[in-house]
This record gives sequence, C-alpha cells and structure tokens, in this order.
Amino acid sequence: MSLKKVNAVVVGAGAAGGVVAKELAVNGLSVVLLERGKWYTPKDCRKDDLRNQRTTILGNNTGPDDEGNPRVLVDQQGRERIVFPSQGGYNNNAACVGGGTATYGAMAWRFHPKDFRMRSEYGAPEGSTLEDWPISYDDLEPYYEKAEWEIGVSGDDSGNPFKGPRKKPLPMPPLPPSREEIILRAAALRLGLHPFSIPMLRNSVPYGGRPPCMRCRWCVGFLCEVDAKNGTQNTVIPQALATGNCEIRTQCMVKEITLDDRGRATGVVYFDANDRRQEQPADLVVVSGAATESARLLLNSKHRLHPNGLGNRYDWVGRNLQGHTYTGAVGLFEQQTYDDLGPGAGIAICDYNHGNKGLRGGAMLANEFIRLPIQFLNFLPPGTPRWGKGHKDAMRKLYTHTIAVQGPTQDMPVWDSRVQLDPKVKDRWGIPVLRMSGYRHPHTLEIGAAMSEKAAAWLKEAGAIQVWLKRAGQGISGGQHQAGTCRMGNDPKTSVVNKHCQLHDVDNVFVVDGSVHVTNGGFNPVLTIMAIGYWASEYIVKTWKGTRFRS
Amino acid sequence: MKRPSRLNRRRFIAATAAAAAGAATGCRSSRSSPWRFFTIEEARTLNAVCEQIIPADDAPGAAWAGVIRYIDRQLVGRFKEHQKTYREGIAGLNRLAGGRFEELDAARQIEILKKVEKDKQLRPFFDLAIAHTMQGFYGSPRHGGNRDWISWQMLGIPISPSRGREHYDLTQGAKA
Repeated sequence: MSLKKVNAVVVGAGAAGGVVAKELAVNGLSVVLLERGKWYTPKDCRKDDLRNQRTTILGNNTGPDDEGNPRVLVDQQGRERIVFPSQGGYNNNAACVGGGTATYGAMAWRFHPKDFRMRSEYGAPEGSTLEDWPISYDDLEPYYEKAEWEIGVSGDDSGNPFKGPRKKPLPMPPLPPSREEIILRAAALRLGLHPFSIPMLRNSVPYGGRPPCMRCRWCVGFLCEVDAKNGTQNTVIPQALATGNCEIRTQCMVKEITLDDRGRATGVVYFDANDRRQEQPADLVVVSGAATESARLLLNSKHRLHPNGLGNRYDWVGRNLQGHTYTGAVGLFEQQTYDDLGPGAGIAICDYNHGNKGLRGGAMLANEFIRLPIQFLNFLPPGTPRWGKGHKDAMRKLYTHTIAVQGPTQDMPVWDSRVQLDPKVKDRWGIPVLRMSGYRHPHTLEIGAAMSEKAAAWLKEAGAIQVWLKRAGQGISGGQHQAGTCRMGNDPKTSVVNKHCQLHDVDNVFVVDGSVHVTNGGFNPVLTIMAIGYWASEYIVKTWKGTRFRS
Repeated sequence: MKRPSRLNRRRFIAATAAAAAGAATGCRSSRSSPWRFFTIEEARTLNAVCEQIIPADDAPGAAWAGVIRYIDRQLVGRFKEHQKTYREGIAGLNRLAGGRFEELDAARQIEILKKVEKDKQLRPFFDLAIAHTMQGFYGSPRHGGNRDWISWQMLGIPISPSRGREHYDLTQGAKA
C-alpha cells in the first residue's frame, strides 16, 4: 500500500537535503524528507573520545551502525575485503538528521573562482578526468551568501585577498584568537602571507536563537552540547517543518526510486523505522545521500529503460569519487602552545590554493582542531618509540607544545576511483551495498607533498624547534568530504546531471549534494554543498510552478 | 531498600577457608575470576605487559590507570574477534618467558617484549596490546581505563570540563 502522494520526496537530511527540503516547503511544495539515521539533540553529546565521527575505535556516535551496513573495499592490488562504517576504508559520512553537519568542524569555505574551471586553468593531467564546472563562482555567489546568513557563519575573511568577490560580509565576527592563532598570524605576516580568521558555521555571538560557542575542546566529531554549531538539523530543517509543508521521517532507508512505463520517477520505496516496506509516491525525487550513497541509490534503481541504473546511460554514476588529500606539518615549540580553547582551528591562509608553479591547484592551509590525547598519538614525530618510557615521555613533552598546520588538497578526479554495486554483499534490508575501488592520482600526491612543505615553512617561521611532515596515503579518497560521483555537466555523455542538478535522463529526479561536484576545491566542501542546495532548489521551485513535472 | 546481609563470624571464617582451599588446589573456574574474559593469571600477565607499554615513573602507568579493565571489557563486546589472539598471545608470551612473565624483573620483561616484536606469531598480539593500552590509558574513563583521568593530568590539561551541560532538570527546583 502506498502513502499519500507529495510533490517532492527528499532522500537524506544532510547538508544539501536539509536546504532543499526547506526551500521547497517554504515555496509551497509538499515535501517528505527521509533520513536513514536518527535525530540527535545537544543532550546526546557524549564527549566520548573513543566513539565519535573522528575517532571510531568504539564506533560512530551518529551512525551508521557497524551492524548491517557493510561495504566491500577493493585495494590497489585487487584484494577485496568487507569493511564497516567505523573502519577508515569505509569512507563514512554520518547517518543522522543534519548528516555530517551535526558533528563537523564547520569550516565554511567558498570555493575559489578558479576551482570551478580547473581544466581551462591548468589542463587535465594524464589519467585524470579533470574538467570545468558548467557553472561559475559568480553563479553560486548569491547562494553562498544565502547559506552564510541562513545557516550562520562567523569569521572574518576580509584579510584574504585571494577570495572570490563577495557582496555581503559574514554575519558574525570571529571567535577571539587562541594562542596558536596569535603565534601563526605573526609568522605568516613576516613571511608576506595573508592570514585571516576562518569562516565557520559556528556561533561566535547569539544567532538563530541559539548561544555562542563556549570554546570547549570537544568539537569536530562531536555533537555540540550547547548547540552553537550550525548544521541543517538546527536551522533549515526545523524551518522546513515549521511551514507545515514538510514531514521528516527518520530511520527510513530508501531502497530504490520507482519508475513508470515511460521511465519517469513516481516516488521511492523505503524501509521505515520498523523495517516495514513503504512506498512514497511523489512528483519529483531529490537524492541527497552524499556522494557514495546517492550513487548507490541511483545504481539500485534499475528499470527496463535504465538497465544500468538511473542516470547511468554512459557509465558515469559512481565514477570520479573524490575527497581531499590532507597533508601538512607538525611543529614542536619551546613555549606551551596549548590553551584549551576550542574549537582549535581558527587561522588560515589561501596563498597556496592556486599559482603554485607546476602544480594544478593547491590547498587552503589552517591550524588543526584540538587534538584530544587519543588523537595526538597520530601526530607524534616519526621515530618515536612505539611503547615504553620513550613513548610516554614523547606524549608528555609534546602534547601541549605543538601546532599542526594542514590543508585539503583537491583530488585530481580519476575515472577508476569509483563506487559500484557489489554483486553479492547486501545490507540488513537486502539492498546491494557499495563496492569501492580506485586510487589517488599521482599529481594529487605531488601537490599534497608541496603543501606539507609550505606548512612546515610557516611553522619554522613561527619558531618551531622541530618540524615533521604529515603525508597522504595512496588509497581511494572520499570520507566526509566525498564528492564527484554524479558529475554536473552540459554534455549528457560526460556527466550525470545538468547544471541544475537534474538527471539528463529523467527530468523529475535531481541529485543535490557533493556528488555533483566536478572538482572538490582546495577547501572543505560543505558550504558549496549547501549553496548548491539553494541553487538547485530555486530551479526546482521555478520549474515546478510551470509544469509540476507532469509532462 | 534491602538491608545488607550480615555474615556471622563463624560463617565468615568458613567461607574464607573454602576460598583459600580453592586457591591452594589451583582451582581456576572462570567464576573465580573478577574479569569478564581473562582468568586471574592471564590478567596478571597482561597487566605486566601493559605496564611495560606505559610504565609508571613520576606519573602512574597503565596498571594503575586500569587499562586491563578497559581491554577486558571490550573483549566481551566490541573486540570479541580478538579474544583468541589475546588468549594465545598471553600463553605464548609466558612460554617465551620460560615461566610467568609478570614475575620477571623489568629489564628482563623489556628484553622479552623486544623479542616478541620480532616474533611472527606473537607480534599481532603485542600490536593489539599496544593499541588497546593506548586507548585504555589516554581514552575516556567511561570505558574502564584512564582512572581519575590520570593520563590527562600527566599531560597537563584540565580534565573534561562539564560546563554548559544541560542534563539537570531545572523544573524540579534547586536542592539545598
């Protein structure tokens, strides 16, 4: 039996899904928002350093659970193994209302204008599908602004001469600087660089009816216990529900998009919180499950007219999986650098995002979020004894005396870095799971290595008495910054959706999330994902008003 | 509320005598172990291993921090798959030590653990023990280790602040 038909069903209540649900609801469309995870509140903040989205030794705090949610990971040698959400190779993003925005570090970057035209700017390196976006920074600018003001960003990027033009400043001032920021700012200025306060989706003053950040050290990876971190779960989603046009259903796992004889979408089939199969009819379907799960849903929606999955006529769905290649350096200082002021990250430079000789792009570099002691184990210098008094001494000597600087190098997209459906393994609902394979492009690693050196130079100028580099792995890249699997483009043969995030093949199915990113910028991608949410919503609302997608 | 039961003197003596007899005959039923997974002997050996991984100096080490409690608790839960590695690893370590590892002096223990690091069969056990000792020592006390946040005190950072928490029900009025 099917449920009451609505105008739109949105799959996934994350960064983009929340925005889309709100925009459609505010504009009078009836919306059902389906989320496979739960809705957590600040009271669910457990400050558990062994169980959170960053350190998953004892599990993920905001899902998905290890039980019943396997994936298959194929390494570069072709060996395959089952991986679970708490393992690194799974490339997990959270499963909860708000998605990654419930627990993220909350950096709110606009991509650089050149990030939208990487191929024109640099040419694609061999073995990469590097391409330009069909839209420009200027197209997205008003939507970046909307995201900054509606969801709430603090910071001050007026000192960043490399940013794209902005019409309006950020709505909130930055948090007062931490000790690390004071040390790094002076050093950057001495080097002739351009340091500034990172834009963050975090309240520095009361905003949106919620209090400012209390500067605790439990930030990235954790739910904010005072609700000062702005995600979709405490901004646009409540607004969507307040319109009366939107209903959210949690713990609902969508199996497939249903299609009629002509191959157009008629709604979705999902399993509700009690594992009952439900059919939700809708005029249009918006897929916002993040790059891995969105691709999975399209591939699982097979039809006579779409035998290889929806939108997959030319085998582009699931290809070009990208995240970021984090590299940087750690410096040891004579003076204590730790001041217990969260969130930790606060200062950045964009001097090396572009214009690096011989390199295609680069990365924003920023000081790292507070390292909890268990996380600090991964920041010890090479050569530290693995155990014994030597290890203990290193922890004691270094913990409060280091600064880490790192940044997200944008991956050169690779055709063979991909997700597809595994022929055998299924999740607990019997839905085929993802099979992930691929590698990072060698040029990405080259850029990452160069960024490490830049970070090291910054730390040395800041007075570090010892500096060690953090380098990248070679395996597939995805994780919380996952993107690229349903590329946006003008040519249906080389992309999955058009510039409005609408499938080339099916006009009433949209993919709105990081999947559509052609390239992923040298920045944390969330603000771009939100901006695309607004951008696509505007088109949907406008088009729906004319035709209601009933062609 | 239930009243605490009272043993009279005679019954108390009888009970302790029986326990002592059990110990003397080497009785090792799993019930007599206070641990969820380990036997008393296994726990003693592993405790000594953990203490070498993070030894006491002017700050307490892994033993005092209760790392063994963390590992024991996880081995019947999340780390179930590692039960065999621990059980066989501890037995193998004692064989290598030619007796009870925990009874050797510190220098000899370190020497043996360095051998273990090069031993193909025992290395996986030791790798696990290192990782789990770090977790039990530097991670949250809620999981059984890091007693009194001792590692955080050692690192010189304040223990977890509880400012801003909303777990109090303010509608019930303040308690005197």
